[in-house]
Amino acid sequence: MPSTRDIRRRIKSVKSTAQITKAMQLVAAAKMKKAQDQATNGRAYAETMNKILVALKEAAEDAAHPYFDEGKGSKTLVLVIASDKGLCGALNTNLFKKLLASKLEGDVDYLTIGRKATQTLGRLRKNIVADFPIKDPAKFTDLRAAGNFIQERFRSGEYKKVLVAFNNFINTVTVVPTLEQLLPVDKVQLGGKRSYEDPKTADVHAASKLDYTFEPSANAVFEGILPQYVNNTLFQMLLEARASEHSSRMVAMKNATDNAKQMLKDLTLEYNKVRQAAITSELLEITTAKLALE
Amino acid sequence: MPLKLEIVTPEARIFSDEVDSVVLPGAEGEMGVLPQHANLVTTLNHGELFYTKGGKSNHLAVGEGLVEITGTTTRILTDMAIGVEDIDEKAVEEALERAKTALEAIKAKGHSTGDEEVAATMAMIQRSTAQLHVKRKRRTL
Repeated sequence: MPSTRDIRRRIKSVKSTAQITKAMQLVAAAKMKKAQDQATNGRAYAETMNKILVALKEAAEDAAHPYFDEGKGSKTLVLVIASDKGLCGALNTNLFKKLLASKLEGDVDYLTIGRKATQTLGRLRKNIVADFPIKDPAKFTDLRAAGNFIQERFRSGEYKKVLVAFNNFINTVTVVPTLEQLLPVDKVQLGGKRSYEDPKTADVHAASKLDYTFEPSANAVFEGILPQYVNNTLFQMLLEARASEHSSRMVAMKNATDNAKQMLKDLTLEYNKVRQAAITSELLEITTAKLALE
Repeated sequence: MPLKLEIVTPEARIFSDEVDSVVLPGAEGEMGVLPQHANLVTTLNHGELFYTKGGKSNHLAVGEGLVEITGTTTRILTDMAIGVEDIDEKAVEEALERAKTALEAIKAKGHSTGDEEVAATMAMIQRSTAQLHVKRKRRTL
């Protein structure tokens, strides 16, 4: 049986742990609010752009722009967006599981955002081409370097396609690890389900699969829009990942705090029991000693 | 036959409703859109966009972007869309001044800071100018 002193020591340590996790939970909650707003507000723009471009891809003639067709090479480039810090539950683990389960064919090169991605892929001896550290909160200008790098590599024809693995933010407790194709342009899922799987909008686009007039020319329009599209979509993916990260951390820390509180309760109960038992036995000893003396 | 107008910026969906007509600054000059317009895709320039609904017209200052027109919908993706009532002339003027000074500073330093900073500042200047233009034009009417 542990002594009261041992239990007291444990109570103290659990208490301070609970305090720390509580503080971390509050910090994550504050960041989460911002990140969630940013992610949900940006979604409409990225989704609409994707919708338009997918429609245009079907309407435009072949080889209208290099971003609409697979590259000449056989390799695949995968950008993995994970978090910089841990203590966010199974967020990163689930993402890597999804990535490894997807069984990409041929040679795969990796780009990483976030320290956890670099570490894990490094441990798995994957070929990491470049790492782009991006601070929190994410700024659009920070992402440009990654966006331009990807476009440069894709244009060189080295890669067949470019994929992005990131966590899609659905709500505070639901986060879905996702692997989406960035290039060549394809339907991309951001947040909840693909909005254009909605039959109504699908019909509209089936009907409008007619010819589009381009002003001034198809090439000029695509040349102006596609690089922007890539950077924008990437940014939205990063926002989704960041919102997921903060939400997961908040939830993980809340669970930790709750667990610590439960443990405190149990320990306090045990402590009181031990204390009472000690008092009882002491009393018994005194009474027996007194009786023996009489 | 109504025309659905959607204006979306990276920050939010600014506008989504049915309107009678839209006039927007396209790549090849100002362009009017009515219901049953031919399918068209063009780029959007800085300037003034206005739509009419039930005889009333509303004006917005818009930035660069993409326009997709089908017979029933007009989708506009742009980096800026501000209603004329929401433009704060003083604040915009100050922003314009700041951007101009920043541009001078970058130019004075030479091209070591990279073209992206210049491009961002230029975009800021263009956006501010477009806002001021729209605001002032509306006021004189």
